[in-house]
Amino acid sequence: MTTATDVKVVDLATTPLRELNQRLHDGAAGGPLRWRIINPGGAHAVAVGVDAPFEIEIEGHTGYYTAGMNKHAHVRVNGNVGVGCGENIMSGTIHITGNASQACAATGRGGLVIVEGDAAARCGISMKGVEIVVKGSIGHMSAFMAQSGALVVCGDAGDSLGDSIYETHIYVRGSVEGLGADCIEKELKEFHREELGRLLTAAGADAKVDEFKRYGSARRLYNFNIDHAGEY
Amino acid sequence: MSDYNGQAGDGMNWQPGLRESYIFDRNTIEEIRRAASQGIYDIRGFGAKRKLPHFDDLLFLGASMSRYPLEGYRERCDTSVTLGTRFAKKPIEIKIPITIAGMSFGALSGQAKEALGRGATMAGTSTTTGDGGMTEEERGHSEILVYQVLPSRYGMNPDDLRRADAIEVVVGQGAKPGGGGMLLGQKISDRVAEMRNLPKGIDQRSACRHPDWTGPDDLEIKIEEIREITDWEKPIYIKIGASRPYYDTQLAVKAGADVIVLDGMQGGTAATQDVFIEHVGLPTLACIREAVEALQEMGMHREVQLIVSGGIRNGADVAKALALGADAVSIGVAAMIALGDNDPAYADEYAKIGSAAGFYDDWHEGKDPAGISTQDPELSKRLDPELGGRRLNNYLKTMTLETQTLARAAGKSDVHNLEPEDLVALTIEAAAMARVPLAGTDWIPGRSKDGF
Repeated sequence: MTTATDVKVVDLATTPLRELNQRLHDGAAGGPLRWRIINPGGAHAVAVGVDAPFEIEIEGHTGYYTAGMNKHAHVRVNGNVGVGCGENIMSGTIHITGNASQACAATGRGGLVIVEGDAAARCGISMKGVEIVVKGSIGHMSAFMAQSGALVVCGDAGDSLGDSIYETHIYVRGSVEGLGADCIEKELKEFHREELGRLLTAAGADAKVDEFKRYGSARRLYNFNIDHAGEY
Repeated sequence: MSDYNGQAGDGMNWQPGLRESYIFDRNTIEEIRRAASQGIYDIRGFGAKRKLPHFDDLLFLGASMSRYPLEGYRERCDTSVTLGTRFAKKPIEIKIPITIAGMSFGALSGQAKEALGRGATMAGTSTTTGDGGMTEEERGHSEILVYQVLPSRYGMNPDDLRRADAIEVVVGQGAKPGGGGMLLGQKISDRVAEMRNLPKGIDQRSACRHPDWTGPDDLEIKIEEIREITDWEKPIYIKIGASRPYYDTQLAVKAGADVIVLDGMQGGTAATQDVFIEHVGLPTLACIREAVEALQEMGMHREVQLIVSGGIRNGADVAKALALGADAVSIGVAAMIALGDNDPAYADEYAKIGSAAGFYDDWHEGKDPAGISTQDPELSKRLDPELGGRRLNNYLKTMTLETQTLARAAGKSDVHNLEPEDLVALTIEAAAMARVPLAGTDWIPGRSKDGF
């Protein structure tokens, strides 16, 4: 018999991935709330589709789509993650102590994703409400077609930041190699200062609001205009 | 006196001495004038309108001395097909080999989506969401609902993934292989905007590439993720626009597809540049045998099911697609017409918006008099979902009966027993594309022993 305080340890060196994810899905109906996954060995699709307020700790590096489509769960990866970690996250948190590969939190609709290290290209691509805090730097084409939510970068941003952006708020402390189509620097208003401050605090980031610049949409591409054809 | 080529509404009747240019015909001249006036390419719905090699260029041979036919109405001719037998724990069975293609809520009204669900359910087949997420109307009225995973991921969420009956990863669309989508601002109602997480009234662009995978190796991992999220229950389709069907089919199999949906260039769209619709991709006829041979070489024909779409209009088209090796077909434009699109009853209203019944293709503008390709609440109300559903069911049943008629005439007790040997081609082009002999000869261009 398990109780809410038990930690269920699953060793991916000996347990098939399918069994792990099935247990996490079935566990939403009751059972342990805390899970510890060891020896992930770079496996793809670890802890995907979880729909329960679990605390899940993953000890080691994971492959693609870690905690994809997460709802409610609080996931911590003590290592690096592959492509698409937290893709389409709905709610909950994903905390990565290492670096994240491409498309981190792609299309995320809610929740918070924290990357202690760097995130590669296309971080926050097509994001739809998720909040992302990267304590290091991010790669090129990040926040491409980003619709809503917030992306905080404590380091530098790569080229074509926020290309074709809609209403996402981007905050960058360091340098920006280049802005994408329709992405401009915008005023850091009181609302944004509060939002940024809240996210820095939530992520435990050692940075000050005043060190950041905000970027967002110039809204020139919101409705097709032939005179802007070169920018599409 | 009738118009030179029977086109409506231009008032330019032919008379002796007037010679129309073949290459600068009236449509071409009008398009140049329109472009010069508006400074933007023509965006429209529907599919390719140019003349292309198609199923009409094929004929069935029928039974005769060496084959005997089955009696119509009395001898059984099965039509059902099971999709997703390769990996899914819960394959789906459809009673007829015709499915309803993905069309978004946003492009179509809620009533139209409901009508599609009702009609498909009555006929025992599936319908498909689209680039905008799953609505309650269509989930509630669709017994078998395929949920699309598109590059935009508008409306994507794990709850809808789990309540879908199958999942279709859309790589491309026949009307625009390599292109994304656009839902123009005038169709963005409050509800559409909310479902897509975007402000009301702005053009909503749908990306042409998926955000979290690039290439077939990544797609294989993406599909593994979707299967893990849904506990390996759902059949997973990969939809591809017809461009390199042999290789794309093999790569889709490698990526783990249960079902491949192959959409030819006559496939419909809600809003795409005319230049894209008419000039990119392969005709449906040209891609089926390529895909089937790719499956056969991998030992996957019938194990991975093939659904063909793009210009399917009647039971003859269905039967010919099946004879060439498809397991089922899918319809979009034809389903909309069955609901009431381009209905002559609205002739006056089509005229008011500069179109005519039978020609209307400005589906992106949201002014559809038939209330189908619109988000206008007043126009949408014109479509009765129950009546639309019954009309679609009638049409699907008719097509199925036609398909059975042709199959029985060829002596087949299952429509899937139709085969290329039952067909001949009327043109050299169709013979080459469908890889069946030119009628009255044993010549298959490019396949004969002498290389011709």
